[in-house]
Amino acid sequence: MTTGVQENQTKLQKREFRLPLKQYLAEGVIKRLLFGSGFLSVLVTVSIVVILIWESSKFFGFEDVTLIQFLTDTQWTPLFADKHFGILPLLVGTLMVAVIALIVALPLGLLSAIYLSEYAPPRLRSILKPVLEILAGIPTVVYGYFALVTVTPFLKQFIPGLGVFNALSAGVVMGIMILPMVSSLSEDAIRVVPNSLRRAAIALGSTKFETTMRVVVPASLSGIVSAFILAASRAIGETMIVTIAAGMNPTLTFSPFQAVETMTAYIVQVSLGDTPVGSLEYQSIFAVGMALFVMTLFFNFISHFIVKRFREVYQ
Amino acid sequence: MNRRGENFRSDANVFPGKPLRSLQEINPNIRRSYRLGKVFQWIAVAATGVAVLVLAILLFDIFADGLSRLRPSFITEFPSRHPEEAGIKSAIYGSIWIIVLTIIVSLPLGISAAFYLEEFAPKNRLTEIININIANLAAVPSIVYGILGLTLFVRAFALGRSVLAGALTMGLLILPIIIIASREAIRGVPGSIREASMGLGATRWQTVRHHVFPRAFPGILTGTILALSRAVGETAPLIMIGALTFVPYVPGNIETIRDVIADPIALITFAPMDGFTVLPIQIFNWVSRPQQEFHVAAAAAIVVLLVILLTMNALAIYLRNRFEKKGPQNR
Repeated sequence: MTTGVQENQTKLQKREFRLPLKQYLAEGVIKRLLFGSGFLSVLVTVSIVVILIWESSKFFGFEDVTLIQFLTDTQWTPLFADKHFGILPLLVGTLMVAVIALIVALPLGLLSAIYLSEYAPPRLRSILKPVLEILAGIPTVVYGYFALVTVTPFLKQFIPGLGVFNALSAGVVMGIMILPMVSSLSEDAIRVVPNSLRRAAIALGSTKFETTMRVVVPASLSGIVSAFILAASRAIGETMIVTIAAGMNPTLTFSPFQAVETMTAYIVQVSLGDTPVGSLEYQSIFAVGMALFVMTLFFNFISHFIVKRFREVYQ
Repeated sequence: MNRRGENFRSDANVFPGKPLRSLQEINPNIRRSYRLGKVFQWIAVAATGVAVLVLAILLFDIFADGLSRLRPSFITEFPSRHPEEAGIKSAIYGSIWIIVLTIIVSLPLGISAAFYLEEFAPKNRLTEIININIANLAAVPSIVYGILGLTLFVRAFALGRSVLAGALTMGLLILPIIIIASREAIRGVPGSIREASMGLGATRWQTVRHHVFPRAFPGILTGTILALSRAVGETAPLIMIGALTFVPYVPGNIETIRDVIADPIALITFAPMDGFTVLPIQIFNWVSRPQQEFHVAAAAAIVVLLVILLTMNALAIYLRNRFEKKGPQNR
C-alpha cells in the first residue's frame, strides 16, 4: 500500500502521467462502445432508406406499374380487380387534411405563444403551460376517437352534407393535436429575443403591441417559420386520427366534407388486412411509405436550414 | 420631486426649445395602437383559451362516455364479440410487456449515445452527421418506424409478429427522444464538477461514471419516462408490425407471479415471442366498429390509458421538481 503511494509520488515527481495499461485499454473500449450506440442512430436511418428503396423497387418491378403512372394517374385502386396506382388521390387527401390542420394550428399556436411569452402573468403561464403539455401528450388514437365520436356529429349540425368520415373533422382535430407543438416551439423562439430589444422599442415610444408585432415577432421569425414547417411535417405523417376519422376512400376530391384516404391511412389499411407478403398490394405500402418519408424529410431539412441560415444571433 | 431633488417633469423635457406635451408627439399612432393592442390581447387570450377549452371538452366527453362502462370485470376480462362482456386484460398485459422490453432495449443505448455525444465525441464531421441524424430521426413519422420494424424485425430477423419485434420497433422509435432528453440532462451538470474530478487525476470515463452520471440521472429518468409515455400511446407502428386486434390470451400465458415461479424459463423464452395486443390497438379496434356499445368500451379503455399516462407524467414532473429543488444546495 505505502509502496504504491510512494511509487505514485515518484511518478508524479518525474511528471509521468500516463495511465496504467489496463485502465488505458478499458477507457478505449468504453469510448468505442459509447460511440457504437451513438452510431446506431445513423444505422437506423440508413436501414430505413435502404428498406424503402429496395422494397419499392420491387413494387415498380411489377409489370403493370410504372413510376410515371404512379406519379400521374388519378386513380388509386390497388385492392380492386381493375388496378390503378396513381398516388395523387392519396397525396391530395394527405395535403387537404394537413392544410386544414395547419389553418387551425398555426394562428392559434402563434397567438398562444405570443400571449404566453409576452402578456400572460407568470402564475397563469404556470397553469397554461402544463395544460398544453397534457394536450401534447394525449395519444393520437384518442384524438381519433374524439374526431369521430364528438367533432363530426357536432359539425354535422352546421353542415348537413357532412359524411361520417370526412377530411374536415380529422383536419380540425389534427390541428388541435399539433397546436401545442407550434405553440411551444414558437414560444422558445420568442423567448430568445433579448429584453434589451423590447426595452429599446418601448423607450422609443412604441406601445407593447407595436413592440411585439414590429420587433419581437420579426426578430424570432426564423424560429417561428421553422416551427410551422415542422408542424406541417408532423401533420403529413400523422396516422391514427386520419385512419379513424377521415375514412379509407381514395378518390381524387377537393371537398373537405367527403371521406378521403391519406398515405398513412392507406399503409395502415393494407397492414390490417392479410395481404400476402411480396404481393403487389404488400409492396405498394413501401412505395407510399417512400413518398411519405421523402416529403417529411424535405420539410425537416427546410426547417433545419431556415434555423441555421436565418437565425438572428444575440449575444 | 424625484430622489435627486429635481423636478421630475423637467426630466421629460429632453428636446431643447420644444416642450413635450404628450406621447402623441413621439408616436402619432399611439391611441389607435393602444386600442389595437387591447383587441389583440383579447384575441390572444381567446386563442390560448381554445386549447384549454378543447382539453376540457375532450376529457369531459371521454369520461362521460366511458366511466359507466368501467368496472372491475372490464380490466380482468379478455376481449369479446359481445361488447358488454369485452375487457382489456390482454391489452394491459401486452402494454406492460411492450413497456418493459422497450426500456431494456432503448434505455442503455440512449444513455450511452447521449454520454458519447456530450462527453467523448470529438468535434468533427462524423459527430455533426450523428447530431443532424438524431434530430431528423425524432421527426420521422412513427408509421415509417412501423415499416422498418415490419421488414427488419418481423421478416429479416424472423421474429414474427411478436412482443419482441414490437418492443424493438418501439425502442428505435423512442431512442432519439431519450438521447435528446438525456443530453439535456447531462448538459445541466456544471462543468466545474468535471474539471474538479479530472484535476484530481480521474479519467474521462471515471469522471462520467462517478460524477456526471449520478448528477444527470434524475433528469435522464424524467426524459425517459416522458419518452415511454409516448411509446405507451403509440398505435400505428404496432399495427404495421402486426399486433393482433383480437387476442384472447396474454403473452406466454403468464398471468400472475405464481406462473412466473412455476415456469421462469417461459418468461424469457416463450412470452417475448408470443402474439400480443396493446391498449391503443384495442381502442382503435373498438372505435372502428360501427356498434355504439363498442364505442363506449373504447371510451372506457381510453380512460384507463389516460390514467396510466397521467400517472407517468405526474411521476416525471415529481422527479423533475425534486431534482430542481435539490440542485442549488449541491452546487
